[in-house]
Amino acid sequence: MKKIAALTAFATIFAFGSASAQQVAVKVGVLTDMSSLYADVTGPGSFLAARMAAADFMKDHPDVKVEVLSGDHQNKADVGSQIANQWYDVGGVDMIIDVPNSGVALAIAEVTRQKNKVFIGSGPASSDLTGPKCSPNTVHWTYDTWMLANGTGKAIVKTGGDTWFFLTSDYAFGHALERDTSAVVEANGGKVLGKVRHPLNTNDFSSFLLQAQSSKAKVIGLANAGGDTINSIKQAAEFGIVKGGQNLAGLLVFASDINALGLPTAQGLIFTETWYWDLNDASRAWTKRWHAERNATGKVPTMNMAGVYAGTLHYLKAVAALKSDADGRAVVAQMKKMPTDDPLFGKGEIRADGRKLHPAYLFEVKKPEESKYPGDFYKVRATIPANEAFRPLKDGGCPLVSG
Amino acid sequence: MFEIFGIPSQALFGQLLIGLINGSFYALLSLGLAVIFGMLNIINFSHGAQYMMGAFAAYLLLAHTGLNYWFALVLAPLVVGAFGIAVERLLLRWIYRLDHLYGLLLTFGLALIIEGVTRNYYGSAGLPYAMPEALRGGQNLGFMFLPNYRAWVIVASLTVCLATWFVIERTRLGAYLRAATENPTLVNAFGINVPMMITLTYGFGVALAAFAGVMAAPIYNVSPQMGSELIIVVFAVVVIGGMGSILGAILTGFGLGVIEGLTKVFFPEASNTVIFVIMAIVLLVRPAGLFGRRV
Repeated sequence: MKKIAALTAFATIFAFGSASAQQVAVKVGVLTDMSSLYADVTGPGSFLAARMAAADFMKDHPDVKVEVLSGDHQNKADVGSQIANQWYDVGGVDMIIDVPNSGVALAIAEVTRQKNKVFIGSGPASSDLTGPKCSPNTVHWTYDTWMLANGTGKAIVKTGGDTWFFLTSDYAFGHALERDTSAVVEANGGKVLGKVRHPLNTNDFSSFLLQAQSSKAKVIGLANAGGDTINSIKQAAEFGIVKGGQNLAGLLVFASDINALGLPTAQGLIFTETWYWDLNDASRAWTKRWHAERNATGKVPTMNMAGVYAGTLHYLKAVAALKSDADGRAVVAQMKKMPTDDPLFGKGEIRADGRKLHPAYLFEVKKPEESKYPGDFYKVRATIPANEAFRPLKDGGCPLVSG
Repeated sequence: MFEIFGIPSQALFGQLLIGLINGSFYALLSLGLAVIFGMLNIINFSHGAQYMMGAFAAYLLLAHTGLNYWFALVLAPLVVGAFGIAVERLLLRWIYRLDHLYGLLLTFGLALIIEGVTRNYYGSAGLPYAMPEALRGGQNLGFMFLPNYRAWVIVASLTVCLATWFVIERTRLGAYLRAATENPTLVNAFGINVPMMITLTYGFGVALAAFAGVMAAPIYNVSPQMGSELIIVVFAVVVIGGMGSILGAILTGFGLGVIEGLTKVFFPEASNTVIFVIMAIVLLVRPAGLFGRRV
């Protein structure tokens, strides 16, 4: 009896020993804004999305063990780099995902390139990540400033909104968005009448709105984000901007912003996103799961969170195909080689410069009486196919492509 | 129509008026800070968080009990003021005899906790709060469109500011208060309950912050960080006006609102810096502030 038990034990050790030799252990770090202005756009919701992707992947691939960590970069590039360095050097992290705030994302892209790991940007907007600052270790997933400008700008100029005035957030992201949108407006025959650059986190926009009002421009483009966009829209309603015949164009608006504004204030707003929870059955099913685990009433998942889920999933597929996560550059090359396919963005691909391609949607916020259930915010005005939604490869100036 | 520095005069008048409106917000917020510092010698760093609590109280009253803006204008300051009284009784009164720095640290920590807890439950994106029906729309003044709500902000803020100034500087109650600040032991000896008076004063200062919060809810984003964004500016206003000077806080609030408004026209990028530049200059020339007494 004792002999048999010992033999079984030996066999078990042997069996598991050989199994673990084949097993790949992957650590994913969700570096995000957990406590400040982008915490509802990304934050805990993104962390959850990454965990969901890990769980889904491990169900089909028991030989890959995925662990997901989260970190709060506090919107500071130095804090973000410090966490990234620590994760890569001693934490055993192989891939960093999300990173809202373009300033922090550009820093993380650099750290990741030096350590030869993988960075998937789902939160940042700056199109420079796949332009002059592109890297063989970076994939830019969800959206970028060029795509926002192109989607919203073109649609509005074509429907008669041909004179523009910009309210621009005075930092890298706002400048990029204003520059990209101005180019689109002028290329389509429109005119930019003026702009005003406001500091980040401005409380009162009445002075700027008054300047926009006296410019007589048909469209007021909001090249800002988060609380600044919410305050601009709220106060524009107060100052009768829309009633006076001018229209607002939100250049970067998330579902959580609409939640904060409420439909009576936000109705009629037009903007571009690449994902919406109520888009199709697959996204609705995913959102149901997200809600069940997020356990926060009144929250809606954003496109950034969808990007974290899809990006993590595709990364894990590439690691499984290579059976190794050691060489970040090789993993990204594999990610570019394999076509992408996930329940949220459908089929797509990652281009040589690191740009993920998928369709974008021009949304309009519903009137309160059109909204049937909580979170029923948008109707689709137009679908922009993947090959038109993002900047053409040759225009980006990415050294990986030209040189 | 004539031009001033290339800006049409009409636009400039509009900006001046807007500056005054924003100034009335600053005045309302700095008033509470000035009262608390003047009477208690506490640098109330949780003022911004208490302002945010006022706005959240308004939201919660509307969402859960259906009580509208006008009820919130009365109830929110009472509820948040009561919270302030609890804070004073349980925490602040132990540190009056210590250096200012301890009060600052305690209230700052408190602000972080309040903000963190709120964010945990309501997220950071913000909550919707509709404008009350009666104050929608606006008047065309010829040189600008003045929303009715902004006119109401000026009227309400001026009324509250002047009433507070009057009570503290011109009534018997105010005289007791000021005397208690100078020499609490002596005033106590005259049979006046000084600790009680101090507690109520703190409660009143906090209620003022909550009142400003309710006023802000229909026009600014109601989010956990709404107070921390504003509080630094308001502190600068109080420092420029002279710590603890009621009239100084009110006048500086309006004045800086106008200066900030004009900066937004001529050099918008600097509009959130200009107040601190002025603060630095004022502190160099008059370290006690424009209306402060040297101690």
